[in-house]
Amino acid sequence: MTDLKRTPLFDFHLAHGARMVPFAGYDMPVQYAPGVMKEHLHTRAHAGLFDVSHMGQVRLRARDGTYQTAALAMETLVPVSVLELKENRQRYAMFTNDAGGIMDDLMLANRGDHLFVVVNAACKDQDIAHMRAKLSRACDIEVLGNRALLALQGPGAEAALTSLNPAAADMAFMDVADLELTGASCIVSRSGYSGEDGYEISVPNDAAAALAEALVGIDGVAPIGLGARDSLRLEAGLCLYGNDIDTTTSPVEANLVWAMQKSRRPGGARAGGYPGASVIQGHLEDGTTRKRVGLLPEGRAPMRAHTPLFADTDATDPMGEITSGGFGPTTGGPVAMGYVTSAHALTGTTVYAELRGKRLPVTVADMPFITPNYKRK
Amino acid sequence: MKFTEEHEWLLPEGDLVIVGITAHAANELGDLVFVELPETGTDVSKDDEIVVIESVKAASDILAPLDGTIVEVNESIVGDPTIVNQDALGEGWFIKMKLANPSDMDDLMTEDEYKAHIA
Repeated sequence: MTDLKRTPLFDFHLAHGARMVPFAGYDMPVQYAPGVMKEHLHTRAHAGLFDVSHMGQVRLRARDGTYQTAALAMETLVPVSVLELKENRQRYAMFTNDAGGIMDDLMLANRGDHLFVVVNAACKDQDIAHMRAKLSRACDIEVLGNRALLALQGPGAEAALTSLNPAAADMAFMDVADLELTGASCIVSRSGYSGEDGYEISVPNDAAAALAEALVGIDGVAPIGLGARDSLRLEAGLCLYGNDIDTTTSPVEANLVWAMQKSRRPGGARAGGYPGASVIQGHLEDGTTRKRVGLLPEGRAPMRAHTPLFADTDATDPMGEITSGGFGPTTGGPVAMGYVTSAHALTGTTVYAELRGKRLPVTVADMPFITPNYKRK
Repeated sequence: MKFTEEHEWLLPEGDLVIVGITAHAANELGDLVFVELPETGTDVSKDDEIVVIESVKAASDILAPLDGTIVEVNESIVGDPTIVNQDALGEGWFIKMKLANPSDMDDLMTEDEYKAHIA
């Protein structure tokens, strides 16, 4: 086995009884003593602390010092409006490839004189190389290897973080701010990957463990592993890169058109101009043959990724596939998402999953499967 | 009570044996969320897949520990799979079998041997 990398919270995880597993080249906590089910429910009821330090944090700064130049440079890589993103606001984006597929999904924040970028762990080397290759003429790309990333998620997150810095309460969903927490200068966004209110906190490596200990020392905050992170995001209808979106799925097929602002769509002021724009614009104008949808299995059996989907019980060839699926601890039953042909993508349509040789009914359903409680303005 | 390398326990009850999974296995699997049991009356051979269990993490098969016939299944764990996590060696049993050759039990591990196996 190759040497696994460790986050600054490695000792914290062991001290709190984590079961560690390899994930994206890192030794990460999949669960703590309570287990995935209880950790999931705890996050939805109170607050959970997640170590996501394996993700990549990057500063993109234009050489002319303006946000506008950095934003316009980034817009050559993503089908998203970066220019219109207001200062200290964050938004979701994806790097597209020339075929209109998705290289990775990411978060972008306007920090006034630069862009703050957070990318997935498994893709970060590729993403950083991609930005350096395409954006270096106008921008400096600084990888923040000296910062950890924590996520504090759940209805108790605001009270917990506010107890460390009252300014946390003033932030709305997708706001970004510099906050001092337990003496450390942190970059905080009100966002997450659970369907709950919460924060993502970029903290200097040497201050990360102290902040994590301070947070789990607050009543109602517990450390939560990657297992529950996955079931929480699945119930929230959020994509996992590599499962639900990849280089073969366009943002339109992936039902992520909401993330493409009007200015970047056909007819918009800055339409196109990103990799694969002709393919993606074609998908927007002509529709796609398949679409990512929510799926509710009718029985009790969880349906996992790669379970084939059929139009009916007799069809010989599958017309789609589950890309993420499992048991939803909050919904109390199986939940899934996956791709179906557009003819079967309407909410309420019954399709059939083949599980252990049996065709079992699955209903196309709206996502999220839970009601998010994001603190929108 | 006897044990298999596949983390099952077998407890004789009259001319039947009760079969379940060990507390160690249940703990490793994590919270169970789904159990699919075989039909009673099914003849099975050792290592046939007879039960599907799923935890929040993954699906697993439980194999027939020995040759025999499924006589009874524990429907209560289908309704509430967490019973297996709470009481793996008791209320969380899976099936009762009539063994084709009851002497096959002799080849299985004792509790001490199983404890050494998982140590």
